[in-house]
Amino acid sequence: MMPIKVVIVGAGIVGSSIARVLSMYEDFDVTLVEKEPDVGWGSSKANTAIIHPGHEEEPDVHPLRARLCREGNILWRQWTRELSIPVKWPGELMVFFNEEEEKNAKKYIELAKLNKIPGVRVVYRNELLQMDPSINPSALGAIYAPTAGTISSFEAVIAIVENAVENGVKLLTEAEVRGVKVVDKKVKGVETTKGFIEADIVINAAGLYSDKISHMAGIDSGFVVRPRRGEYFLFDENVRVKPEKLLHTTPTPITKGVYAITTIHGNLMIGPTAEDLPMDAKDETSTSEKGLEYVWKESERLLKELPPRTKIIRTFAGLRPEPPGGHWRIEAYDDPWGFVNAAGIRSPGFTAAPAIAYYVLNLIKDKYGVSLVKKKHWNPYRSDIVRVKDKSLQEIDELIRKNPDYGEIICYCKTVSKAEVIEAIERMKKAGVKTITIDGIKFRTRAGLGMCQGSFCRWRIALLISQYTGVPLYQVVVKKDLYGVGEVKALLKS
Amino acid sequence: MLELNYDSVVIGAGPAGIAAAIRAKELGLKTVLVENRDLLGGIPLQCVHPGFGLHYFREDLTGTEFIYRFFDKMEKLGVEYLLKSHVHSIELVSHNEKIVNVITPQGVMRLNTKTLIYTAGARERHIFEINVVGDRPAGIYTAGEAQTLMDIYGIIPGKEIVIIGSGDVGLIMARRFALEGAKVKAVIELMHYPGGLTRNIVQCLQDYDIPLYLGHVVTRVVGKRRVEKVVVTKVDEKLKPIKGTEFEIPCDTVVLAAGLIPNLDMLEKIGLIIDPYTRGPIVNEFLETNIPGVFVAGNALVVNDLVDYVVEQGELAAEGAYYFVENDGIPTVDWKPIVRGRNIRFIVPHYVSGKRDVVLYARVQQPEKNVIVTIPEVGWKMKQFNVRPAEMIRVKLTKRLLERASSAEKISIEVIPGE
Ligand SMILES: Cc1cc2nc3c(=O)[nH]c(=O)nc-3n(C[C@H](O)[C@H](O)[C@H](O)COP(=O)(O)OP(=O)(O)OC[C@H]3O[C@@H](n4cnc5c(N)ncnc54)[C@H](O)[C@@H]3O)c2cc1C
Ligand SMILES: Cc1cc2nc3c(=O)[nH]c(=O)nc-3n(C[C@H](O)[C@H](O)[C@H](O)COP(=O)(O)OP(=O)(O)OC[C@H]3O[C@@H](n4cnc5c(N)ncnc54)[C@H](O)[C@@H]3O)c2cc1C
Repeated sequence: MMPIKVVIVGAGIVGSSIARVLSMYEDFDVTLVEKEPDVGWGSSKANTAIIHPGHEEEPDVHPLRARLCREGNILWRQWTRELSIPVKWPGELMVFFNEEEEKNAKKYIELAKLNKIPGVRVVYRNELLQMDPSINPSALGAIYAPTAGTISSFEAVIAIVENAVENGVKLLTEAEVRGVKVVDKKVKGVETTKGFIEADIVINAAGLYSDKISHMAGIDSGFVVRPRRGEYFLFDENVRVKPEKLLHTTPTPITKGVYAITTIHGNLMIGPTAEDLPMDAKDETSTSEKGLEYVWKESERLLKELPPRTKIIRTFAGLRPEPPGGHWRIEAYDDPWGFVNAAGIRSPGFTAAPAIAYYVLNLIKDKYGVSLVKKKHWNPYRSDIVRVKDKSLQEIDELIRKNPDYGEIICYCKTVSKAEVIEAIERMKKAGVKTITIDGIKFRTRAGLGMCQGSFCRWRIALLISQYTGVPLYQVVVKKDLYGVGEVKALLKS
Repeated sequence: MLELNYDSVVIGAGPAGIAAAIRAKELGLKTVLVENRDLLGGIPLQCVHPGFGLHYFREDLTGTEFIYRFFDKMEKLGVEYLLKSHVHSIELVSHNEKIVNVITPQGVMRLNTKTLIYTAGARERHIFEINVVGDRPAGIYTAGEAQTLMDIYGIIPGKEIVIIGSGDVGLIMARRFALEGAKVKAVIELMHYPGGLTRNIVQCLQDYDIPLYLGHVVTRVVGKRRVEKVVVTKVDEKLKPIKGTEFEIPCDTVVLAAGLIPNLDMLEKIGLIIDPYTRGPIVNEFLETNIPGVFVAGNALVVNDLVDYVVEQGELAAEGAYYFVENDGIPTVDWKPIVRGRNIRFIVPHYVSGKRDVVLYARVQQPEKNVIVTIPEVGWKMKQFNVRPAEMIRVKLTKRLLERASSAEKISIEVIPGE
């Protein structure tokens, strides 16, 4: 049997989840194509990282979102275990402060019933403040949804891609898709900045740019994906305020509600805003004074107290890929035959991604008549980088006896060892990442995510990248550009 | 795991730690100096400019020359030290027993010690702490990072530079970039007066035609892949940005020299109390903190502009540790608080006994001309033509002088207009 050549455009959470699911079958030969130097640098990187229960989706308006959100929530419990993705399941509280908000919030209990989301109920002030003492005591109550979780979003994409590659998927980074080749109403492949890639099936999972890819295949020029910005503050681990549950304000027609959560890495995070940007501002991930101030004010309302501003370690913004009417566009087409959209996946897209992947698999099976033969040796597991930070002193001592690099700490704030940085470099190479970036190391090892934001360790990481890849130090890439512009002596001469 | 016993463990081998370890060894304490990096020396190592040691050695040395003098002394005395050794955690057992857990390439070490001298320096404020919004591209560095890249690893971060902060660090970095052929477009300073020494304004900016914008802030960084420009805004008297005064400076690099913050996370985890004005610990005249037997010196105590004072603090902390070991704790006395009077931003130490000579370090809140710095309780006065926040005031009070305040509840320091 000749495997079906599949190209997936976009290595965000959606594209990588699809790659993992397709890798379970003999039928497919999958190439995951990504324009950035690394996976997961689009919407999947900068978001609230909540695994939603599914009680906020209206089944009559957005049936697909309602169904796949619930299924995704369940699948994540298995996927995080198989792939060692950091996750926790504290449940969420939608907090209301007045009767109008209360009325609004109670709608979600009805939605929970319709969507079959378990355990959703109202809690009032006395119980609420015991459930989470970090809530502003003026709160009247909250809607509690016990099945909500939070995940490390960038580590999730990395883990899924590593596992997909382990199971035969090829990753091609720094390859931007510029065209979809269609002959006789059939998909033939994609034109990329790294050359032409032949394909029988092209799956569009390009997030914010999924409208463009869709247009390249000649589909519905009315389908446009608008960037909707969300801004956040992240605080140091050492602050007093540490919500136990995932807290948020009630959504209103204008705002989606602001969250205050303790991230999987132990930082207080507050945000986001929801601001529609011009259609062409698809890379406008800048922060704004106005947006950040709004987040601050809303969080002051939500929480008993906010940490002092001196404990802010980072501000950032992400862009939601907002499709018309909020409708996800997940379809397999007759014309062109072989083109599949997993496009405009706005929130709760992260939650739904594993379920979207199975949904896409079934679309392909039904539409293109694929037999789906399971691989005999498909490996569901992926182990995480061994981290000094998670180990006891005794265990650290044993690690060092085996490999002294565990005894050399590179990032002081997050206690990341040289061995972890080297392991991350090796994993990136193995996954098919061509340019080893400092940000890539940061997202894999957490080096640079602490209080000093990398001023003590960035150059040390750059030195290791230089040493292990042979790239001169100044040519090491930070994010999308070089760390330096040249050598001091060379510049003096010119 | 290796377990070892010490009288004193010194954490951080910058000038403060090195001076402390040397003094502790001279006093006969069993001491070890623990350093994160693969080199001893701290910040001065990467400072190729002069300005070090004018008080301590009465010579004008570069940072590297300054610190090398101490290496010779360390070697002669046989001061024990550990490199590439990261303090994982500190456990408090009793008032005179602490365990310092250290991760080293040789394995985990548990150092049991009576005293701890903490000299881990300060960290630099980064771009997210100074109210800058906009993009987060490549091309943003702290001064220390840029200096390390240029003077230890020989690479130049960028070609068109904007520096945030006009303290001595920012000024010296401006000259450093200019000397390498980079174009320094501007130094931006929030305050309405320069942060650094007048000498440095002349020698580092004016000599190289580098514009200095006082009363301005960088409010936004713009650039998708690399920094393309910064937006600069004027501020009013209250240091609030004035709408409508924004202008842009094209550049490819932003260097932050926006101040240092004592690096104390590790001690905060074991209950250290912080003075909000220094952002360092509250200490007595031995530089002992609220945690018995834990002493702090150098930039971890208070951000110093002169390395000479850092060394002095390191030596004092070692003397405190010696006194602590000798007496099974610092003997009980009536500590007198030292409080801030007019135009004083901070004062260190926070308590004195009146039983020995002490050195006080203070900074003023605002620049002022023709003033008198006074400590009324002891009748001490010093005429100053000029006081500036950039220059730390150092006052040595003898035991004799302090005896005059024996009945006073507190001792205060203030700056008053001169006649
Ligand atoms: C502020 C914010 C908060 C959110 N909070 C949550 C939440 O709490 N829970 C939740 O479930 N969801 C949340 N979401 C939604 C979630 O992040 C998205 O639904 C999800 O990340 C979309 O994944 P994706 O893979 O479709 O898109 P992306 O992650 O953007 O991936 C698309 C990829 O395609 C690549 N690409 C684009 N064009 C091309 C091309 N021409 N060639 C090659 N590659 C290309 C991009 O570089 C990118 O890597 C939030 C989103 C935002 C922005
Ligand atoms: C750009 C610049 C220019 C300067 N110019 C001058 C000048 O001209 N004249 C002058 O007198 N002064 C100058 N100074 C000031 C002077 O360098 C500092 O005051 C002095 O270095 C502070 O010494 P320190 O020992 O407290 O800290 P540092 O020098 O910062 O040393 C701290 C040491 O502790 C180590 N460390 C940190 N955390 C840990 C840990 N957890 N475990 C183990 N080790 C740890 C660090 O690696 C470092 O080696 C300048 C400073 C800068 C930044």
